[in-house]
Amino acid sequence: MSNLSESHPPSFWTRIWESNIGYSFRSNPVAVASLMIFIVIVLMAVFAPLIAPFDPYDPAQIDIMNSEYPPVWIDGSDPKFLFGTDDQGRDLWSTILYGTRLSLLIGLCAVALQAFLGITIGLLAGYIGGRLDSLLMRLADIQLSFSTLMVAIIFLAVTQAMFGSETFNQYAIYFLIVVIGVAEWPQYARTVRATVLAEKKKEYVDGARVLGFGPMRIMVRHILPNSLSPIFVISTVQVANAIISEASLSFLGLGMPPSQPSLGSLISSGFDYIFSGSWWITAIPGVVLVILVLVINLLGDWMRDVLNPRLHKG
Amino acid sequence: MTLLSVRDLTVKFAMRDQNLTALNKISFDLAKGERLGIVGESGAGKSITGFSLMKLLSHPGFIDSGQILLEGEDLIELSDARMRAIRGNRMAMIFQDPMVTLNPVLTIGQQMVETLRAHRKLSESDAKQISIVKLREVYIPSPEERLDQYPHELSGGMRQRIVIAIALLLDPQLIIADEPTTALDVTIQADIMDLLLELCQSNKVGLILITHDLGVVSQMTERLLVMYAGKIIEAGRTREIINDPQHPYTQGLINALPQQTEPGRPLKQIPGNMPSLSAIPTGCPFNPRCEYALDHCRTTPPEIVRYGNVEVACHEVSRLNAERSEEQGA
Repeated sequence: MSNLSESHPPSFWTRIWESNIGYSFRSNPVAVASLMIFIVIVLMAVFAPLIAPFDPYDPAQIDIMNSEYPPVWIDGSDPKFLFGTDDQGRDLWSTILYGTRLSLLIGLCAVALQAFLGITIGLLAGYIGGRLDSLLMRLADIQLSFSTLMVAIIFLAVTQAMFGSETFNQYAIYFLIVVIGVAEWPQYARTVRATVLAEKKKEYVDGARVLGFGPMRIMVRHILPNSLSPIFVISTVQVANAIISEASLSFLGLGMPPSQPSLGSLISSGFDYIFSGSWWITAIPGVVLVILVLVINLLGDWMRDVLNPRLHKG
Repeated sequence: MTLLSVRDLTVKFAMRDQNLTALNKISFDLAKGERLGIVGESGAGKSITGFSLMKLLSHPGFIDSGQILLEGEDLIELSDARMRAIRGNRMAMIFQDPMVTLNPVLTIGQQMVETLRAHRKLSESDAKQISIVKLREVYIPSPEERLDQYPHELSGGMRQRIVIAIALLLDPQLIIADEPTTALDVTIQADIMDLLLELCQSNKVGLILITHDLGVVSQMTERLLVMYAGKIIEAGRTREIINDPQHPYTQGLINALPQQTEPGRPLKQIPGNMPSLSAIPTGCPFNPRCEYALDHCRTTPPEIVRYGNVEVACHEVSRLNAERSEEQGA
């Protein structure tokens, strides 16, 4: 016993690495590859200003004469532009880096908003129950009966008409975050409510009540941490969905303006030139978007398998 | 000096078209530092009594009438916030299964510190010091290390010790222990009970021990309540009830103990089952299972009356007692 306790306690990261989740991750090549690609994409997005050879937001660096150069591996290209240029003469590689940054930012912030709304509402509905539960869940049903895109299109079209194109373009990123965040909260609320209903019947909740803890503390500190695994799983799916929603809205011209393109608006702006032979303006950002969404979904799949209590109830 | 005094406590369950009576006018007293046992079959209302005292009945149960006086203060009148200040602080409760009563995602230390700081203004490190002292009191080896462990890293007996330590953290006057050893290994049961007894005696803590184990009750408690179908049917000093039970139900319980049966013979169980709350028989609730029941047992519910040194709710208690003495004399 004494020699066992002599070894100093392992650090946080070692413990994760040696846990079941760590083992399952290491032995799953798809998850490892997905995470690595995801990290690379995130790093590229975060350090876009350092990596990108041009600043796509700076009109001084854009020359319309450079427009529609193909990628370097195709004849007639300019070696300055790795993936060629778009219709305005912007370096596509730099624009994709900045666009990925915007797409990820909007996706993560929208999901954070969804999670905040959904978890709050789900906790209240599940823990308090009764009329409040019925009311909130009917609201969720109503919200779910409108498709996210429809709500977003109506909302964004109306705001665009109200504020005018100029103001809208300036605040487009906030509008997108809010509209995607608000449209999808029921996903979280329902999942959290279901978990809370199961958790609140467990005896540790009675134990907490017996110790004189108030409902807020029990909800936030005791029930919520025990409900995290489904929240993690839907979060990954929701980030992927939010990125797609943003891309779709931008593609429809209701999202990020062409002067500050996200992946979706890049695809959209290139779409006009696809039949004139400049396929790369659409195709390359499209591939980046697909890879980004795919790796997030693959990670989500892996996480769902690992965190599913039915698969490893010990 | 009375610590807890329960008067005519009635608890009902609101069902779709009627209210079912789960506790029917329960009255008892508990002196400071006294240890009281509550026994009865499943469904007698033992656990509901415990939860009612804490005012933690959840829907559809509710307290219909009566008083719960903790040092003269009626808990039923108290607001939720005032009640929360009492729970854990002046009254603590220990549950059956220590595997599930500790929060699985918080360390032992976090749970203890949180409990202390919810009731008292203490710094984190002071709270930790008190936790270590309490863990030592329940004989947890190397308590400093335990603070950083999660419940799943500990054995069942160890966890129940920690549950007891948490219950004792704020030096409550009363501990309600609801079958505290049922989920544990037999060898550990005795340890936990000894520990509980020792802590209650040394800290002068009142104990309400809810159990179906008559052996445990006779070791642990000074007084005993026997419950049947939501009523107290016999109350008195534990030793006297165990040695000379007056109510036919208590007699049945004691005769049903395996020790009361010769080897190779079937156990002497009480015929029939506890009635469900929706179909409590008229008159004495025990009458369908009672071999001595007469006509008036089926129509008039018996009042609880003093008989010798105990209180008992049975119409025929003096006749039965006389018959028993005759048998023994013959």
